[in-house]
Amino acid sequence: MSVGLIALIVLGMAVVGYVIGRSRSLSLAASQDRRLHSLPSYYGQAVALFTAVPALLVLGAWLFVQPIVVETRVSEMIPESAIPEGGALSLVMADVRRIAGGLDALMTSAGLSEGDLARMSAETTNLRERLGGVGVALGSDVSAPVFEAAKAMRAANNAGSLAMTIAVLALALVAGGYMLSRVSPDMRARNISETFVKALLIGASTVAILTTAGIVLSLLSETINFFRMYPATEFFFSTVWNPQFRGGSELGIIPLLWGTFYVSFVALLFAVPIGLMIAIYLSEYASKTVRSLAKPAIEVLAGIPTIVYGLFALITVGPLLRDWLAQPLGLGNSSSSVLTAGLVMGIMLIPFVSSLSDDIINAVPQSLRDGSYGLGATQSETIRQVILPAALPGVVGAVLLAASRAIGETMIVVMGAGAAAKLSLNPLEAMTTVTVKIVSQLTGDTEFASPETLVAFALGLTLFTFTLGLNIVALVIVRKYREQYE
Amino acid sequence: MNMYDSPEREAKLDQKATKISARNVQVYYGETHALKDVSVDIQDKTVTAFIGPSGCGKSTFLRCINRMNDTIDSCRVEGTILLEGEDIYDRRVDPVQLRAKVGMVFQKPNPFPKSIYDNVAYGPRIHGLARNKAELDDIVERALRRGAIWNEVKDRLQSPGTGLSGGQQQRLCIARAVATEPEVLLMDEPCSALDPIATAQVEELIDELRQDYSVVIVTHSMQQAARVSQKTAFFHLGNLVEFGDTDQIFTRPQDSRTESYITGRIG
Repeated sequence: MSVGLIALIVLGMAVVGYVIGRSRSLSLAASQDRRLHSLPSYYGQAVALFTAVPALLVLGAWLFVQPIVVETRVSEMIPESAIPEGGALSLVMADVRRIAGGLDALMTSAGLSEGDLARMSAETTNLRERLGGVGVALGSDVSAPVFEAAKAMRAANNAGSLAMTIAVLALALVAGGYMLSRVSPDMRARNISETFVKALLIGASTVAILTTAGIVLSLLSETINFFRMYPATEFFFSTVWNPQFRGGSELGIIPLLWGTFYVSFVALLFAVPIGLMIAIYLSEYASKTVRSLAKPAIEVLAGIPTIVYGLFALITVGPLLRDWLAQPLGLGNSSSSVLTAGLVMGIMLIPFVSSLSDDIINAVPQSLRDGSYGLGATQSETIRQVILPAALPGVVGAVLLAASRAIGETMIVVMGAGAAAKLSLNPLEAMTTVTVKIVSQLTGDTEFASPETLVAFALGLTLFTFTLGLNIVALVIVRKYREQYE
Repeated sequence: MNMYDSPEREAKLDQKATKISARNVQVYYGETHALKDVSVDIQDKTVTAFIGPSGCGKSTFLRCINRMNDTIDSCRVEGTILLEGEDIYDRRVDPVQLRAKVGMVFQKPNPFPKSIYDNVAYGPRIHGLARNKAELDDIVERALRRGAIWNEVKDRLQSPGTGLSGGQQQRLCIARAVATEPEVLLMDEPCSALDPIATAQVEELIDELRQDYSVVIVTHSMQQAARVSQKTAFFHLGNLVEFGDTDQIFTRPQDSRTESYITGRIG
């Protein structure tokens, strides 16, 4: 039975359970002449929840565990000799999985019975051709142990599915029946449904947290692999970035970090003052009409894809800065430069800073403005000395959020600042960032086992650590100052 | 100076100078006519109370006196208000300068998210009242003493003003308003967010402030008006119904509406 069908049956049973549970509570209350603790629908809900939730949980867990168990069992069947020279067990197992999957299609198309399949052997049948006929293309001929493993895998899978169907449906019946037997006017059915809602909400938050943990763990394991092949001290302290795909690379992170921070710094240098001034104008000076037109117009900037900003940097800003700034000053003749990328990224970040700061400034209570005006302060004195200090934690949060965006930005840097890893103070020189190098180390037809590709994970983890640190700093600052006007 | 003994002379002394003189003031919020033809004279060194039911225009009129209504876009003021003979709605008058002369204390205590010291020093710093740190310290101390809160905060001037209790915050706000040396102090229901003890402290303070300032207080509590004020104005539905000595308003009101309000029949 397919998984979807099982789930549907379980849900159907839950609906039936709801109806029975509800009517049972009503009839019990009537026969015992007592008031129900909860509304009748809560009794129905309790039965339905007990029917569906444990059964569906077991279904999910089974789907997750069964392939792992079957794979370990079957992989024991593959002898060393069946693994081709230079290949790996995992590659053979991939073949086994595809053949096992193809066998069902083969049986339907050729009208074979289970017995026919059991008698079939790799030596007598041209399996590669026949499987190809049902859409399963294989790279090599099927050897006898592989075919036997595939047959075993298919059998194990079928047995597992049957066991799963029985177990899930039985559990739904038993648990639902148990709850139904508990239904009585005294039962606190409302509280059961309340507990379920709480568990659902906790589950939803857990998904977000577990995903973060999963990302970190996957990065971490690959990073550890990388440090087994490449010394950590050189990675963190070497000032040369020079990957060679034939080996002997120098993979120092410092030039990349320098580029990242230089570009982000330039971007924030543009975005923060302009964004803040926009926010102050919009929230304190602008009339309603101006505000209703200007705010969406500025937020359009946030909707532009970064690749379009990259084109703008490549075609317009880069050459402009080269012709009017870099060459007259004799500071370089490259159209990709830190200043180009920083400037364009700054434009991209303006709506982040302005929109968030605008909301935060608006949240400062009117009573503080009145107090300041009542003492004879002008508008700009009020903004500088009362409103901005009160809004500071939020503004810092907005700036750090923009900084996280800047550090993680890739496209604008590729097209605006170039791809040369360099340590230089000259803002008109081409430089590159961590994100750009992650992309360039992972694109291309290389295996995932050399330090040159695995370095991408170490770079990613370092970057993640930095942005996480920034976020923590932002949180601490916001917490420390938040209670000031609440 | 002679000592005046005769009752006529005494009465003459009581005739204090007029500080604020309002004539035919009309206020509109968009289409709403919120204040209708109000004319009133407010004396120097006197506490004047504005009473009346909610929405009667008393706070609106108070906010006209220091042009706080300018910050509301839809608000329009007509008529004349003279502060010591000068029209405050004259185009040459800078509302910012005016508000330094006419201080205001609000209904809800609104200390800035700064230290107690910086809260009080805010006005003097903006208006350049102190030439050096010592002078500023002096102004702050004097203002906090006038606000009757010096003894409670003198040891923690650098801790945040928002950390004080509600009553302390309101006295801090009064000290902050006093620190700019205003000539008139406007108070918009200054005790409505306070408990009876803090209210008593603030009322005592208002009575002391009368020696130097002209105080105008909006209040919902008729007992408070009777306790702290010498003059009372009763507003109803945007009209100034009656204005006179507090004793007279509360004992022998001339208008039937005033009498109804004071005895609790309307409002």
